[in-house]
Amino acid sequence: MKIKLAVEPGTTNKVKTGNWRIYFPIIDHEKCIACGTCARVCPEGCVFPVGDKALQGKVFYEKDLDYCKGCGLCAEECPVKCIKMELEHK
Amino acid sequence: MKKCIEGSRAIAEAVNLCRTSVVVAYPITPQTHIVENLSQMKADGEAAFEFLRSESEFAAASIALGASAAGSRTYTATSSQGLLLMTEVVFTISGMRLPIVMTCANRAVSAPINIWNDQQDAMTVRDSGWIMLFAEDNQESLDFHIIAFKVAEQLKIPVMVNVDGFVLTHTFENVDVPEQKEVDAFLPKYVPDEGQYLDVKNPVSLGTFVTPEHYQDIRMDLANDLNEAQKVLVKELTNYRKQFDRGMPELCEFYGDRSAKTIFVAMGSVAGTIKETVDELNAAGKKTAVVRVKCFRPFPVAELVEELSGATNVLVVDKSISLGSEGVLALEVKAALSGRSDAKIKSFVTGLGGRDITREMIKSMYEQSKKNIPGVSFI
Repeated sequence: MKIKLAVEPGTTNKVKTGNWRIYFPIIDHEKCIACGTCARVCPEGCVFPVGDKALQGKVFYEKDLDYCKGCGLCAEECPVKCIKMELEHK
Repeated sequence: MKKCIEGSRAIAEAVNLCRTSVVVAYPITPQTHIVENLSQMKADGEAAFEFLRSESEFAAASIALGASAAGSRTYTATSSQGLLLMTEVVFTISGMRLPIVMTCANRAVSAPINIWNDQQDAMTVRDSGWIMLFAEDNQESLDFHIIAFKVAEQLKIPVMVNVDGFVLTHTFENVDVPEQKEVDAFLPKYVPDEGQYLDVKNPVSLGTFVTPEHYQDIRMDLANDLNEAQKVLVKELTNYRKQFDRGMPELCEFYGDRSAKTIFVAMGSVAGTIKETVDELNAAGKKTAVVRVKCFRPFPVAELVEELSGATNVLVVDKSISLGSEGVLALEVKAALSGRSDAKIKSFVTGLGGRDITREMIKSMYEQSKKNIPGVSFI
């Protein structure tokens, strides 16, 4: 057996999957109603509340482009259609 | 100590003598008596292993995988549909290089449903990367299990010990069961490689995702090691013979007239019937012999070619069939002899679903082989 098969744990964090993406999401904070649906449906768990509140008390959501694979589920499920998927030019 | 015991009992005693740490199984005929015996040993306080019951064979194989990945000497047993249900995990176990030993009490595969012996179950997972041994009698069944753990742990390749269901598992024979100290002298304590098993103090990931860049290299490593396993098998069969004074080191056993041009090839318990038939044919002036393949994976090509070097007529007796083609062993023999022999190779399929294989049937193969009937013949 020449090849050792055990690897160190937690390597998923190090393998950034963002470069698999063709489209990337843009979130329009003006239209966003802060319902959190995008964060709940994201299969990668890379949509998250950013913490700071807008004047009307809304919590903004943002995405982590290091891991976002551009599946577009957040845009599809957003009830106010404030997420647009745009072609990413690399 | 010599005991007159059932084949299943002999296997169970071997597994316990190997100081196995984890036994996990789901009962299925004709494997049942093996795990019943192990369960009884545990209940009676005669065994130190953990005995785990599972909800299916898929679970049994998965639990065995986990136990072995945690560095335990692990054993399971199954048959027929149970092996097929395990299939996905069977491939994963060898791919993860876990040295599990499994008994397959060979049985026909559904449909039609049938609980009796043939070798279709094991033959169906022949490409899974396990070492596959086939025992002829109960003494060899016991011996193979002790050798299996030693070979598996050296090579990090799992071993499937095949025993014909009912014919071996449910038959009482005189079996020489070794003493604990003798087995301990042959089989050292299992110590998994540093950093290559699941350990809370030194966390690692096993069975991880591999991209096209590395996958083929890892498969090639397993393929090469499995072929190289022949040397280790011969070495350990030799060591076993030295210590216990029984069994032969070769992977193909030759029996009969050395000058015979007609040679049978078979695996498992049917070789016993063929040996009797060969004796009768030789006594009647019909020179014959039989080569018994003890190890199907890795396939002992060089040994088989050597043993069949004098043959012009090779009769392969299969208890399984690759549907749409021929007997599975026949295909292997043809591949092995291709370009190395001009012998005529004939595939006979017999004994499916427990059909009794008699000496008359073996003789009819001998007669039929003269007729040049192409393709597979069912006897």
